[in-house]
Amino acid sequence: MTSRYGMLEEEKVFKDPVHRYIHVRDELIWELIGTKEFQRLRRIRQLGTTFLTFHGAEHTRFNHSLGVYEIMRRIVENMEKREHFDPEERLVCLSSALLHDVGHGPFSHSFEKVFHTDHERWSREIILGDTEINSVLRGMSDDFPKKVADVIAKTYQNKLVVSLISSQIDADRMDYLLRDAFYTGVSYGNFDMERILRVMRPKEDQAVFKHSGMHAVEDYIMSRYQMYWQVYFHPVTRSAEVILSKILHRAKHLFEQNYSFMDKPKHFESLFSGKITLEDYVKLDESVILYYFQEWQEEKDPILSDLCQRFMDRRLFKYVECDPSVQMKVWPELIQLFGKIGFDPNYYLVIDSSSDLPYDFYRPGEEEERLPIHLLMPNGDLRELSRESDVVEAISGKKRTDHKLYFPQDVLEDDKTFPIEKKQILKLLTSQEG
Amino acid sequence: MLQEHCKLLAVLKETGEIVGRKKLQKLIYIAKKLEFPFFEKYQFHMFGPYSEELNLRVEEMCHLMFVEEVKEKKAGYYQYRYTLSQKGDEFLQLSDYELPKTKEILNEINSKSSKFLELVSTVLYFEDLTRKEVEEKVFTLKAKQNYTIEDITEAYEFIENLRKQTISAVM
Repeated sequence: MTSRYGMLEEEKVFKDPVHRYIHVRDELIWELIGTKEFQRLRRIRQLGTTFLTFHGAEHTRFNHSLGVYEIMRRIVENMEKREHFDPEERLVCLSSALLHDVGHGPFSHSFEKVFHTDHERWSREIILGDTEINSVLRGMSDDFPKKVADVIAKTYQNKLVVSLISSQIDADRMDYLLRDAFYTGVSYGNFDMERILRVMRPKEDQAVFKHSGMHAVEDYIMSRYQMYWQVYFHPVTRSAEVILSKILHRAKHLFEQNYSFMDKPKHFESLFSGKITLEDYVKLDESVILYYFQEWQEEKDPILSDLCQRFMDRRLFKYVECDPSVQMKVWPELIQLFGKIGFDPNYYLVIDSSSDLPYDFYRPGEEEERLPIHLLMPNGDLRELSRESDVVEAISGKKRTDHKLYFPQDVLEDDKTFPIEKKQILKLLTSQEG
Repeated sequence: MLQEHCKLLAVLKETGEIVGRKKLQKLIYIAKKLEFPFFEKYQFHMFGPYSEELNLRVEEMCHLMFVEEVKEKKAGYYQYRYTLSQKGDEFLQLSDYELPKTKEILNEINSKSSKFLELVSTVLYFEDLTRKEVEEKVFTLKAKQNYTIEDITEAYEFIENLRKQTISAVM
């Protein structure tokens, strides 16, 4: 079957604050952007609840997906005539970059935790199922959707192609670091991407970087490190995520108890019952979720309405740093006291760990699972980055875990009811901090 | 609180010791595919399904000294041994968490080599595909491991056997 797509008569461009312009010359890419499943990404924020901490962080998966596509377009342009890169893969690379996040749901991270869904599985379903995206991709050839789905699932036979979109330094990470830094307004997420792309060289299984470009790669690693601590791991964002997860848990629990909602949560029903279809899934976006949160503020259930009010009015939980190995013995007492003052500890006393977050640091090769970043030495040898760079070596392998205990401080400081118990809770919580 | 951590501590208690990060990764993945309540998110990586979340969770428990990690130098690579520490056991008891009946199954998985578990988890990852397609995936994505048709047959038999045991364990 021959492709029904060629090149556009005239190049289309999107103005973009990170890459200046995003260039589209392929009919296929233009058609994909116009599908309803891709347009849905305009209604899903890239950073979930981070906008409650950094008010500029309103950018969406749509912006990011276009950005990843643009970076991939530049990578492919640079690599097209080099050994190891197969020019036949150009449109597979571009389509995969554009669609890599298409399965993300609203507030994806919390949703996946609560409902045990997986956005990668949904990406696959959207690409292979009865959708506009599938129909556009099949215009290339019958097996084209499967190729794109396999690249996104990292099971495509050409590992170089997979690594360009998913590795320790890839189009996805480069875009989200630059974009998240731009929209949050922080100054430390920047690095010289142009330079990185210039020194990138294709090899059989992954792209490597000329040694002369090491400092640009160092900058990228530092950016990733700082964004992790300053933005992705921000304790206020984590507090908002805690409340969001608890709202979803509570609503699901009420649904299972046949609670009568004032406004029937029809968008959630198949999700709550664990039988969500593709058709239902693509109808979910953050506008829908926030509509329900707005409505649930009026619900009779005091936990659901309180948590929704907290989320909508940004009355978040406070936290203390916590070392479970030292403080585990006071937890049973804390749990009992929360019960006594009438606040279910399952919703109002929540521990959040670093492993609950979807971001990671750069790690050198010891993991056995993920290819490290390799530098191409002048003599043609490959060397792992942290062995050559003192800066990267200094931040690799450092302690990067923590636990925070979240609770409603405003409730505990209100001494009109249960003053003794609340005082005791505050004392125990303060003793958590080492 | 920290229920997902407790599950991993319980696994270490049931198995006594797990040798190798790869084995730990594959063991939890296989248990998850057998419908045991593990919720770590997995993606396909170099050696099959791999969970960064699990990796970090284990690291957290090492920092908390709930888990003892011993690093051993082998020919050309490092190997890690994991056991439950006394502190970890104490935490597990305080949390009152109990895994479903998994002891025999976990030990059976743990008795196999990492290389075999890599194959088993890869077969499970692609279980929606036909046998022929799975073979094709194994031979292209895992070319360096030189798995044979017989190895794949053994992996399928192992999975079937585990599933039977799982059903009888929950009945």
